[in-house]
Amino acid sequence: MSYGAILAVLLALTVIGFYLGRGRARALAAGSRTRLHSLPGYYGAHVAIWIALPALILFVFWISFQSAIVEGIVWNGLPDKVTVQGETGQKEALAPERKRLLIDNIANYATGDIVSGEITPLVKQGAARFLRLQALSSWIMAAAMAILAALGLLAAYRSVSPAMRARNRVERAILILLMVASTVAILTTVGIVLSLLFEAMAFFTKISPVDFLFGLEWSPQTAIREDQVGASGAFGAIPVFAGTMLITVIAMIVAVPVGLFAAIYLSEYASRRLRATVKPVLEVLAGIPTVVYGFFAALTVAPMIRDAGAVVGLTVASESALAAGLIMGIMIIPFVSSLSDDIINAVPQSLRDGSYGLGATRSETIRQVVLPAALPGIVGAVLLAVSRAIGETMIVVMAAGLSAKLTVNPFDAVTTVTVQIVTNLTGDPEFDSPKTLSAFALGLVLFLVTLCLNVIALRVVQKYREKYD
Amino acid sequence: MDEIAMENIEAPPAAAIAEPADAPEFRVKMKTRNVNVHYAEKHALRDVSLDIGEREVTALIGPSGCGKSTFLRCLNRMNDTIDICRVTGQLELDGQDIYDAGVDVVQLRASIGMVFQKPNPFPKSIFDNVAYGPRVHGLFSDKSDLEEVVVQSLRKAGLYDEVKDRLGDPGTSLSGGQQQRLCIARAIAVGPEVILMDEPCSSLDPIATARIEELIDELRQNFTIVIVTHSMQQAARVSQKTAFFHLGDLIEQGETPQIFTNPRHEKTQGYITGRFG
Repeated sequence: MSYGAILAVLLALTVIGFYLGRGRARALAAGSRTRLHSLPGYYGAHVAIWIALPALILFVFWISFQSAIVEGIVWNGLPDKVTVQGETGQKEALAPERKRLLIDNIANYATGDIVSGEITPLVKQGAARFLRLQALSSWIMAAAMAILAALGLLAAYRSVSPAMRARNRVERAILILLMVASTVAILTTVGIVLSLLFEAMAFFTKISPVDFLFGLEWSPQTAIREDQVGASGAFGAIPVFAGTMLITVIAMIVAVPVGLFAAIYLSEYASRRLRATVKPVLEVLAGIPTVVYGFFAALTVAPMIRDAGAVVGLTVASESALAAGLIMGIMIIPFVSSLSDDIINAVPQSLRDGSYGLGATRSETIRQVVLPAALPGIVGAVLLAVSRAIGETMIVVMAAGLSAKLTVNPFDAVTTVTVQIVTNLTGDPEFDSPKTLSAFALGLVLFLVTLCLNVIALRVVQKYREKYD
Repeated sequence: MDEIAMENIEAPPAAAIAEPADAPEFRVKMKTRNVNVHYAEKHALRDVSLDIGEREVTALIGPSGCGKSTFLRCLNRMNDTIDICRVTGQLELDGQDIYDAGVDVVQLRASIGMVFQKPNPFPKSIFDNVAYGPRVHGLFSDKSDLEEVVVQSLRKAGLYDEVKDRLGDPGTSLSGGQQQRLCIARAIAVGPEVILMDEPCSSLDPIATARIEELIDELRQNFTIVIVTHSMQQAARVSQKTAFFHLGDLIEQGETPQIFTNPRHEKTQGYITGRFG
């Protein structure tokens, strides 16, 4: 029985339950609604919730554990002597990767996916068992869900009485639903952090954290053979973070003044009509995919800067930090300007009136009243923009270089944390080499940095909000 | 002018309605003729002609939306900051047309100060709030001079004794009534000739209101004051002249006692006796 059909049946049951519950409540009310605690619809909803919710919870748990259980049973059902890709051995002595491969092969064969290696009778036999078990499992699940739904219907239907506070119960169910929704987001974050953490730990068992955090040389290629060239395998993250910082600083030098001035112009000077056109246009910048910015930076801006540098006698790398930083700054302008615009608009008009009423000009008012009042919020906006710039990937992957150079010269090529993560993880990575694992350590540190920035920024913005609302 | 003001701070306030014995003869400070205001399509003020006497308190009364605040905002061209607002007619300060193309609006607002309905101290210290105007206009020679201006302004606004030990505290830390007096001090510090007050007591409790009313009566010695108010008792207590607005028209104007005891117009009568509005 397919999952779609199961869910459709459940939905139909829920709808029926709603009408049953409401009908019974109406019958109880016998024409005079006032005897019931809640409107009949709430009794219907209460019944519907009791049908759908327990069955759905069961469904979610079942499908999250089903494959593990089925695979376990399949594994235990295999003969003691097994063959994996030409190797034959005792089942119990098989290395974990080999075991995983065999099980994956069985599951893939069962579902018609590509199987690695030849299809042995063992795999065929396992796959048949796999399919049988899976079908059985979904039937058991459907039956269990049906029982739960029926029990829920029965209990909720019988509980319909004038004194039952269906309205309050429905309210509670809604509260729980909303709480679950917000928990999902938080749990996902926790999951991401944990997965980062575990891989980073694996990295730190190979490379000491001190070397990683304070080392001045980054050269992640590790030697496969002794005599290989350029395979030093140094994992000092300082140059990588320095590159990120350099590009971020350049981006902020572009984005903060331009974004802030644009926001001031739009919120204080521009007429309503102009504002209505310019603001969306500016926000279009935010809608451009970063990969488009990336090739604009790599193919248009970087050569332009290099040629301009050549004219005045400067040596500019063709993948200069300046090009990446400039374009990243442009990408962030709408971010800064729309946040600042909101913050400037939140400064009460009465303060501006007060200043105008004292004979101050517009720019005096902005400089001495509006901006000081908005400053905490603007600082928050800038910090959010910084954390955005640090985490930005696509532009730097395309426009910044790969060589980890410890430099503050914007005409040099630098690399960034995100670029290193991408290059170390794409392709065909080996998960036991420090080169691959270093991506997780970089990611973890990057995450911590942006997290701190975001927390500080939100704190600052919050403090500012408390003042005027 | 400082001497007089300081003496008056100490002296008990003069009786609210009575003319001072040494009152100079009536002199028109601001003259308005046929003032019309449009907000986009809406005709907010129709042919208002009103004379505002020097060193007097003129009260503008009327039901909400009658145009009294709009008229007040014409007097220092605050309506300029609203895009859709159009003002026509003749408005003069000491015989000078204030809507003339050559008029420096910024300077005009320095000589016609304004106090708003809701106290709106800047998010700065008490001192910096009062020093704001002098700083913007460069009205002082050195630091001690600026301090003198700030202290004098706070004295005239009757706030100095309450805040003299904490001039560095934020202006927003004061109570509502104190904040409003701070805003008055801030307006005084620029050295205006006219002070416009737009319902200055509407967000204050009765005690703070009484304190502001006393202050208005003291300020009359040195400043021409125009006050918009919803409270007829307040108009009666603080003003010498009263103008009654209704639906964008100036219905009646005259001496305050006459307006309140013997209104000529039926609508005025209706409003002050509380039959509408």
